[in-house]
Amino acid sequence: MSETILEVRDLVKHFPVQVGVLFKRTIGHVKAVDGVSFDLRKGETLGVVGESGCGKSTLAQVLMRLEKATSGTVKFEGRDIFGLKGQELRRLRRDIQIVLQDPYTSLNPRMTVGDLVGEPFEIHTEVAPKGDRQRKVQELLEVVGLNPEHINRYPHQFSGGQRQRIGIARALALRPKVIICDEPVSALDVSVQAQVMNLLDELQTEFDLSYVFIAHDLSVVRHLSDRVAVMYLGKVVELGTDEQIYEHPTHPYTQALLSAVPVPDPELRGRREVIRLTGDVPSPVNPPSGCRFRTRCWKAQDICATEEPPLTERLGHLSACHFAEEHPHVAVV
Amino acid sequence: MSDPTAASSGPALDQGAETRLDDSRKQDKPRSLGSDAWRELRRKPAFTISLAIILLVVLIALFPGLFSHVDPNAADINHARQGPSGQAWFGYDVQGSDMFSRVIYGARASLLVGVLSTIGTVVIGALVGIIAGYYGRWADSVLSRFADIFAGLPFVLGAIVILMTFNAPGSNPGEVRIITQVVLSIAVLSWPVAMRIMRAATLVAKQQDYVKAARGLGAGPMRIIFRHLMPNTVAPVMVYATIALGANIGAEATLAYLGIGLHAPVVSWGVMISDARDYFTVAPHMVLFPAAFVSVTVLAFVMLGDAVRDALDPKSR
Repeated sequence: MSETILEVRDLVKHFPVQVGVLFKRTIGHVKAVDGVSFDLRKGETLGVVGESGCGKSTLAQVLMRLEKATSGTVKFEGRDIFGLKGQELRRLRRDIQIVLQDPYTSLNPRMTVGDLVGEPFEIHTEVAPKGDRQRKVQELLEVVGLNPEHINRYPHQFSGGQRQRIGIARALALRPKVIICDEPVSALDVSVQAQVMNLLDELQTEFDLSYVFIAHDLSVVRHLSDRVAVMYLGKVVELGTDEQIYEHPTHPYTQALLSAVPVPDPELRGRREVIRLTGDVPSPVNPPSGCRFRTRCWKAQDICATEEPPLTERLGHLSACHFAEEHPHVAVV
Repeated sequence: MSDPTAASSGPALDQGAETRLDDSRKQDKPRSLGSDAWRELRRKPAFTISLAIILLVVLIALFPGLFSHVDPNAADINHARQGPSGQAWFGYDVQGSDMFSRVIYGARASLLVGVLSTIGTVVIGALVGIIAGYYGRWADSVLSRFADIFAGLPFVLGAIVILMTFNAPGSNPGEVRIITQVVLSIAVLSWPVAMRIMRAATLVAKQQDYVKAARGLGAGPMRIIFRHLMPNTVAPVMVYATIALGANIGAEATLAYLGIGLHAPVVSWGVMISDARDYFTVAPHMVLFPAAFVSVTVLAFVMLGDAVRDALDPKSR
């Protein structure tokens, strides 16, 4: 097993809910990320799945140090990233980069592609001497499959997939070790999704990258990930290799998610049991006591309301359910 | 270009796309928004015409002696309110001074007040607005409430208070001093509008993912404000500035009419228009000529602002 590059322990991010115009009063907290722990190993892809509002994107922001964590630690190569300042923080920026979800807003519409991809070199001037930058930018464009002659174009002259490639080129510029992909393909057409995912896959081998790959599309995550973490209401409910998660899920939420994946083959459609969850995701301001999934779980007992199930080894991989067991009818995606 | 299959390989993009760029030969040279905007501007007739008008007005303001040899304050009461003639192209005013000469010599004060107060308004407003919008929290609260104080003052009342405080009634301040005071009082009383426009635009722009990406790259606040926010927020303020320019030349006239702004021997278009108010029906030329100069100058700035705004938006090309 290769070494751990990113170590996340009990990461918590709460956003205060404030009222008042001049004197702000805090009336509660949105518990966006509430005690998340995982390890990212060198060269691996960790998929993070969950429905909208479960804290996936907040997790990405905290890992990038765009938001300060409320508590918990994130260690990059053994050093706590929240303790870094000044030069050390700049150094960290070179090692961890992000690819954002929306290719339409993640590129400044008033900058040329050359300026966009070249900006990392302008901020980190030590990486490339000034005369070298244009060549570097063009190399990067070539690496992500764009025409290097297009450096003087503006983002609106490109399609969604091409824009996402520009975003990837920008993230690659500083030769990072970890790239956090915050739903990088969710905004793209299915045909383009595959191209961008294949590109990410190739780049991983070429540049020895580790990915935290956030998505809400289970099949997308399976395609790329070595291991998968399933999130619900700010917590990881199940974590394991993609085979363990996709073929032997033990947490009822994972089982429900998987059963909702559309079946492409019409012949097989309808043969599989679809677990229909009732109700909505509870508010992250006031999550349920004990197990957060209990309000929608068909297995819920009294213990689920009183005792929070820890994320521990159950049936071969990490799962956070008191009644972890495989569900016989959830088919493979 | 929207064909998703084209994304699979770079070279496939070339055909068709290349023809859209008129400058494919110069592609190897990297350009920025600034140089692109300049190239775009030079081709626009609206820009050339408005720039020519502005340059002419500036030239008149700088060297009025080149355009008229008549003393603007020399008055011959025998000619009072006479219409345009070969001797005096724009006629005479109520005192019998040559109108053409007065319009020429009035350009300096009008342009100074109009342009400087607009620049003052926009610079103060834009800076305070972008800081309030970008930093948010208490900085925003403090700056916004501070702006509200100035926004709450009615313009005329505020200007009377400011100008009367600095110049006791009966005193006769010099030309430079009174122009500076008028410029400052207009800027101080109207910057909150520019500030609110800028703040709103900044609040929208800073939510955009490209700001997040820049922060992720390690960009400092200065880079984010000037490189990412400014270019995307400056358009609405520029529109306001072109409107404010005309309003400020008018505001100068209002202050002159109230007797607290510029006054003789300083000549300005605003002073001339307010002098002529009572004689409009008997001698319309007294309003017409200075008003025409105000309109043409303001129009030129509006056209210039419009052209610059379009040039700074790559999508409009």
